[in-house]
Amino acid sequence: MDTKRWIEKDVAAMPVKPNLLDYEEARKNFSWEEVGQHFDGLSSGGLNIAHEAIDRHANGALREKTALIWHGKSGERKTFTYGEMKHLTNKFANVVKDLGFEKGERIYMLSPRVPELYIAVMGILKNRSVMCPLFAQFGPEPILQRLQGGDAKGLVTTERLYGKKVAGIVDQVPGLKYIFLIDAKDHRDEKVLSLPKLMEEASEEFTIEPTDPEDMSLLHFTSGTTGKPKGVIHVHKAIYTHWVTGYYVLDFHPDDVFWCTADPGWVTGTSYGIIAPWLHGITNVVDEAEFDAKRWFSILQDEKVNVWYTAPTAVRRLMRLDVDPLKEYDLSNLRLIQSVGEPLNPEAVWWGMEKLKLPIHDNWWQTETGGIMIANYLSQTIRPGSMGRPIPGVEAAIVQRNEDGSATVITEPGKEGDLALKPGWPSMFRGYLHNEEKYKNSFVDGWYISGDLAYRDEDGYFWFVGRADDIIKTSGHMVGPFEVESALMEHPAVAEAGVIGKPDPVAGQIVKAFVSLKKGYEPSEELRRELIAFGRKKLGVAIAPKEIEFMDELPKTRSGKIMRRLLKAQELGLPLGDTSTLEK
Amino acid sequence: MTKEEIKKTIVDAIYEIAPEHEGEEIPEKESLQESLEIDSYDFLNLLTALAKKLGVEVPEEDYGKVDTLEHMVDYFAERIK
Repeated sequence: MDTKRWIEKDVAAMPVKPNLLDYEEARKNFSWEEVGQHFDGLSSGGLNIAHEAIDRHANGALREKTALIWHGKSGERKTFTYGEMKHLTNKFANVVKDLGFEKGERIYMLSPRVPELYIAVMGILKNRSVMCPLFAQFGPEPILQRLQGGDAKGLVTTERLYGKKVAGIVDQVPGLKYIFLIDAKDHRDEKVLSLPKLMEEASEEFTIEPTDPEDMSLLHFTSGTTGKPKGVIHVHKAIYTHWVTGYYVLDFHPDDVFWCTADPGWVTGTSYGIIAPWLHGITNVVDEAEFDAKRWFSILQDEKVNVWYTAPTAVRRLMRLDVDPLKEYDLSNLRLIQSVGEPLNPEAVWWGMEKLKLPIHDNWWQTETGGIMIANYLSQTIRPGSMGRPIPGVEAAIVQRNEDGSATVITEPGKEGDLALKPGWPSMFRGYLHNEEKYKNSFVDGWYISGDLAYRDEDGYFWFVGRADDIIKTSGHMVGPFEVESALMEHPAVAEAGVIGKPDPVAGQIVKAFVSLKKGYEPSEELRRELIAFGRKKLGVAIAPKEIEFMDELPKTRSGKIMRRLLKAQELGLPLGDTSTLEK
Repeated sequence: MTKEEIKKTIVDAIYEIAPEHEGEEIPEKESLQESLEIDSYDFLNLLTALAKKLGVEVPEEDYGKVDTLEHMVDYFAERIK
């Protein structure tokens, strides 16, 4: 192993003593039960995320402390204390309660990163309803599928997003009782309501009713290779993991200012963009605007951010800057950078060392795990390119799945296999909504199979190899090829579509579609543009293909299944491999 | 090149990258990324395409100066010789 490329840490020289000093010791002495000591519990009984994240602090010494610093896209800046957040989230909880929303009912969020989003999330949880986030760059089709798939009863959105993406599909979701418009002055009708108006009328007092730690809290949709997106069920008890990873991985200290750049449409944006920092009673920064290198460095400087959680795509954009950030910005408060979304390339880790005088720490987890599972730690040596080692309380392994349904743990260092976790950590998903079979199939012989392929080196560091399936990772989020293929095939010219992830230096991968046409249609530049437009309108920019290539016929198996693997090999100029199952 | 010509070049490049807006009036003063719903990958591609057509590269640190159509036209107009 090339140990010269490792990044060794000088803990004694660090401005703040890290929470995790001895990795092995922390793992050995760890117990999930003890984590519960950091929480109040409800006086009415049980455990509720919103109480632990907001009310617990608002009722105590942190009442006047800033919980949220919000930067608006036009330059506004607003702050909210824990005390203010308690009242506002109480009001939201009363809004939904008064309209009859019940425990377990799903209320969806389709919103830009505005304060109302963060208030609504906590208000929904106070009412023991379930928060289900949607990414604002989804088109009408993915929104419809997710509203239907999760039995949506409510939706919080803006006038613009409602008009553009929801109004046209709302009739297909008959169970949707109310839509709350964040920026509407007046109610539109009995169903589409003005949130500001309701908030004004709502009481500031709210008592959270007994919440079982196993009650559903969040429903996050994630893409599959086949079929519709799956609703991943999480429960209130997930905060045990959020607290622990906030402590050990993000190294939260009481006076920290934290910025997670992820959008709450994705799981990082909820687990760490909302919940984890507030569990620790620290100050959470939110920026409404999209990525802008100068703006980002200004926020890091002006808000004196101590801990920054971002994504490889953003790091690679920052690497394109010609300027030397430390010459132009005072980033002296920053002491830890973590990154997630896709594997961080070693060059990016080294760029951090050179330009920011801080390495960038990679970590690994997924929607199903609810929180960080494998990480590089502030006090520990980084092996650039590795996702690090499992957090205390989590057992990870590389396993080989056998034909008889058993799994064998691979102990040999460097040997690839399925990255797997021993079930039982508190934020583990509790099911795929309405799809018990798929949930069961995620577990093999006592292991949760993540779908990622990896290997483990002789010192227990894990290294990402690739996906075991055809899921595409673009700009840190997952896109299911099936969802894209199905949408394209609704176009009258399209006979077949095969969708792959094409490597891209900034986005990691982009969505590329190969399309064969029905009789009577000929490939042309006009048709290519028409299909790109068709995909973008239907699916939205986060999912739609960026490239379309026509093919006379797509490679298929004898049973007629499109072989994305071959499309990908062709795109990359790789050998086609075993084609024995291919259609003649 | 006149500002009108620059604007037409930009608008054509937008139609190429986000053809769902083909023929639409592109708002002058609103954030392009937001009003047209183009993501940062599209935005990078747009600027790469414009660098080829107009001969001016926009460095990453200037992306904030080309956020709207109006700003983008001004930015290129100042730099095209």
